[in-house]
Amino acid sequence: MDFLRPASWEEALAAKAEHPTAVPIAGGTDVMVEINFDHRRPEYLLDLNRVGDLYEWEVGEEAVRLGASVPYSRIMENLRAELPGLALASHTVASPQIRNRGGVGGNLGTASPAGDAHPALLAAGAEVEAESVRGSRRIPIDAFYTGVKRNALAPDELIRAVHVKKADGPQQYSKVGTRNAMVIAVCAFGLALHPETRTVRTGIGSAAPTPVRARTAEEFLDAALEEDGFWDNGKVITPSVAKQFADLCAAACNPIDDVRGTASYRRHAVGVMARRTLSWTWESYRGARRASKGAA
Amino acid sequence: MRVNFTVNGRPQEADDVWEGESLLYVLRERLGLPGSKNACEQGECGSCTVRLDGVPVCSCLVAAGQVEGRDVVTVEGLADHARQRAVRDRCKTVSHGAPAASGPSLDEARVRQAEGSDSQAGEGGELAPIQQAFIDAGAVQCGFCTPGLLVAADEMLEHNPTPTDADIREALSGNLCRCTGYEKIMDAVRLAAARQGEAV
Repeated sequence: MDFLRPASWEEALAAKAEHPTAVPIAGGTDVMVEINFDHRRPEYLLDLNRVGDLYEWEVGEEAVRLGASVPYSRIMENLRAELPGLALASHTVASPQIRNRGGVGGNLGTASPAGDAHPALLAAGAEVEAESVRGSRRIPIDAFYTGVKRNALAPDELIRAVHVKKADGPQQYSKVGTRNAMVIAVCAFGLALHPETRTVRTGIGSAAPTPVRARTAEEFLDAALEEDGFWDNGKVITPSVAKQFADLCAAACNPIDDVRGTASYRRHAVGVMARRTLSWTWESYRGARRASKGAA
Repeated sequence: MRVNFTVNGRPQEADDVWEGESLLYVLRERLGLPGSKNACEQGECGSCTVRLDGVPVCSCLVAAGQVEGRDVVTVEGLADHARQRAVRDRCKTVSHGAPAASGPSLDEARVRQAEGSDSQAGEGGELAPIQQAFIDAGAVQCGFCTPGLLVAADEMLEHNPTPTDADIREALSGNLCRCTGYEKIMDAVRLAAARQGEAV
């Protein structure tokens, strides 16, 4: 095994181009487990800890450019207003020790269906900034996950940052596990209301071969909210609409039975989380509407 | 490969380090610092918690090569770390919050001198307040989880001197105790926080 220690992003890209089999390591919270357990013996480890700009973020007009190695603890502390869904998801990652090391770049690189960040990224809307010596490109999050632990990166590419749309409405994140800390999701659900476009986006984790959106459910809810003028009148969403939305979210799952839970439990739990996160976000949207009316 | 880094305030050099080796292995097997415990090797248990540039991390998940040039504090260095922090805090109070001068102050230098010949192994010296509190509260059973809990609890009290029970639970949520003595551990951290408050 060889340990490559690039001191800059350019050096990291050059190293990855020269050794496409090199495994990038940043927080190490996935890679080191595999090495410790002898599940993986990469020819090269590519240490990204010394590439400083991977630890930085910029809040822009429309989106946050989040460096691939920004630890989850920093996201929780600093980006709760701009990226509420991702901040909530970050808080459910493992433990303080792990959140101090791990970041979204690792979640994306590993592309496990159980990665906690994925549902939040899918719901908010995001693009992955991937780069190689050949150039840089933005991969839409919907096109990023290509299979179980597979992603759209080319062998010579590294993840530099993820561009996540700033919240224009309430966002929620929910995760099922056996306890609060140190839990790999049995399943997880992210939901974002986008009042500006009058759309709703979802993300489902650990309930299909890849993280997925519940597109049919989103389309149904967009239409239902539009039809009855919910965005304008701010009424409580009718239970039948919420139930239909939940059922469609459950139907978007394609889960398996494994040690953490059965397929039927996962489908059921996703439905429950969909209904709950919809009611939490909608209540918060209504509250914000009332507050802004009161002020006017 | 060779790795140079600072452990508990002293420069260290580890030789013949395998490229896939963890920081935990280097500490225990190459530097003779067995305080950080090896249990799960997958970041589940927190027994191997150390401070890396001040931040609590699982040393089993840090590749040895990643600590080149960086600063590590283990449970063996916790008493010194706590003492230096106390001196720093006292200096700040005395100088009415004026920014600390660069380099060690006279007080800090005295503390370092008083450390004795071998604080490296953490033997024979004074205990950190959090360590004393664990003893006084009876928070140690088999002791295997204790080093990790001490490092995590000490770090929390550094940033949050008046933690609520929820704060303590959150800060220690990455540390498992299989004797399940969590209530005594909670008592110990509350005790350390209370004593810290009295001292100011």
